[in-house]
Amino acid sequence: MKRRHFLATTGLSLGLALSVTTAAWAENPVLKIGFVGVTSGPAAAWGISNQRSMETRAAWLNETGGVEIGGTVYDIEIVAFDDQKDPKRAIAGMEKMAQDGVHYVVGPNVDDGAAAVRPVAEQNGIMYFPYAFPKELYTPPASNAILGMVANYQSGPAIYKHLMDNNGVKKVAFVAANESDPLSQRDGGVEAATALGLEVVSDSVTYQVDTTDFTPVLLPVIQSAPDLLVLSGVSPANAPQLIRSARELGYTGLISTETAQDATVLMEGAGDLANGFISVGGASTPELASDAMREFVDRYTKMFGEYNDESNTKVYALEYILETLKANPAAITDVEAFKATMDTFEAPNPFMVGDAKLSYVGTTSFGQKRQVSVPLVVNEFRDGKFETLFVAQVD
Amino acid sequence: MEQILANGLYLGAQYALIALGLTLIFSLMNVLNFAHGQMYVFGGFVTYTVVAQFGLPFIVGLLASAAVLAVLGGLIEKFLFRPVIRRSKREESTMLLAAGIAFFLDAVILLLFGEKQRGVPKIVNGVLNWDMRIIMPYDRILIGVLAITLIVGFILFMQYSRAGRAMRALAQDRMAAQLMGVDVDRYSMIGFALGAMLAGLVGGLLVTITGINLGMGGPTSVKAFLMIMIGGAGVISGAIAGGFILGMMESVGLTLLAAYGDITYLVIFATLMVFLAIRPQGLMGKPWG
Repeated sequence: MKRRHFLATTGLSLGLALSVTTAAWAENPVLKIGFVGVTSGPAAAWGISNQRSMETRAAWLNETGGVEIGGTVYDIEIVAFDDQKDPKRAIAGMEKMAQDGVHYVVGPNVDDGAAAVRPVAEQNGIMYFPYAFPKELYTPPASNAILGMVANYQSGPAIYKHLMDNNGVKKVAFVAANESDPLSQRDGGVEAATALGLEVVSDSVTYQVDTTDFTPVLLPVIQSAPDLLVLSGVSPANAPQLIRSARELGYTGLISTETAQDATVLMEGAGDLANGFISVGGASTPELASDAMREFVDRYTKMFGEYNDESNTKVYALEYILETLKANPAAITDVEAFKATMDTFEAPNPFMVGDAKLSYVGTTSFGQKRQVSVPLVVNEFRDGKFETLFVAQVD
Repeated sequence: MEQILANGLYLGAQYALIALGLTLIFSLMNVLNFAHGQMYVFGGFVTYTVVAQFGLPFIVGLLASAAVLAVLGGLIEKFLFRPVIRRSKREESTMLLAAGIAFFLDAVILLLFGEKQRGVPKIVNGVLNWDMRIIMPYDRILIGVLAITLIVGFILFMQYSRAGRAMRALAQDRMAAQLMGVDVDRYSMIGFALGAMLAGLVGGLLVTITGINLGMGGPTSVKAFLMIMIGGAGVISGAIAGGFILGMMESVGLTLLAAYGDITYLVIFATLMVFLAIRPQGLMGKPWG
């Protein structure tokens, strides 16, 4: 009898819980936005900052009643897939998104993954926002990929020119990890530096991402006596060690990269030796950040314990997707409608002060608007934090 | 050339210490511990937490890493490997279990310590510059000396302590050791704990130099396997030799082959394939010689 009573109570409780849960979900229809990127391994910081930015923003929007698109209010659900920086996994992730009926995906984070998912995205009507730089993803006939950040071939020349004009840099050396992204970024950097009239004194030295001692790697590079050492496509995990080794080998010149870095990681790994290190920052500075940006940082920190400066850029992709869908609600299920809207799309930028706008750019680099417009912020590391060196815009 | 040798010796000392734990576990239990790299990472994060988060001295962090990993290793042996070895005669069961533990530890590390690269401040400042012939930061010299001291301490422990002798007996002939009164379960657990502790100690030592991140576990395991394949699986002297040989090959390759791109490991792997085809048991042969 007691057992029967227990079963009945349990059944009733479960039924009630399910109905309450269903009722809660049934309040608003759900709009699924995907993320396919790397959230494990050495480059995990890149993808995790993406995923957490999306989850923070989605939770914030849902908490304040959802997002109204075409007269319907939606709750936003983030569907995440860890591709482990493996192109095969990235394809599997994009196929999963297609099976789940997701039409808008943020990621992948690296070149080969972004290139690998292209056929799946195009065949299944998915727009995706890679953080990868191959131009062929964004130039016609490709049309489903939208670059989610500033590319190295856009930021590199700006940094080199600034350092030539302000620091008298004449000789430059490049060092890169032996992986597709850093190698292609190195080649792009060498091309840009040569075009600007810089002398490239070393560009053949590469390293394994799991290197534990960079002294032998950097020795021949430092011996070439560059004014500027470029760490092409360097991951946040490797940057402090490379900086530290270069300085310990007696290098006193400038060091820069075109990837985003993390101030805490630099401070812990290289300390004061990282002072003067130049990197591309998240697309915000204290002067540019609006109240909404500050609230985003606050919410992110409360949700996940620690903020990542890269999220200053990565907060944007979800915002662009939702605002474009608001501009043309038919695009919820029809990516061709999304593409048609992109050319004229413009909306207020909630994360910047003043009358900054969200809009698509990229015509100069890709021949069509396939890039989100975010400020190019170039930072200099100094005593544990980033200081803004200069801010520019890209088209 | 002096710089290449110095780099090779430093790399070799840390590699040898990593390989020692792996080869100890293999020799005692015939287990290929694929989670060895994750244990190294875990040890690094423990030191990081104690030193950078709690503000305690580095030596406390190092001891905490050793203690936490020893306990973790002991528990893994007692509650996971021991039952599997008892119930399954197939060697791949323990291999699958080790791979599973590696994935599990990766997930635990992500949950506990996050995805970011972590590091602790330099424990010694300054750089040794011997007439531009050898440039070596003092902290690397210190870590290298500590690694060599630990290796020597480990050898002495295995040679002269009661537990060390019992473990050597176990490695030479498990059945004979049992018949001679060696408590197999107890010393297997101590051996596994010691192996895990060594991994944790290296992680703790290197967190001051290279930092630590979630993704370092897999590649570290691969390098450790490489070393024991060179030296001979299950042989302490082989692991040490393998570590120093790999460190020296890496140092020489990275300097002399730099102009040809990143082919150092390509050359190392090709050399290893030829070497193993000629001498599949590695340099030092069978367990404990």
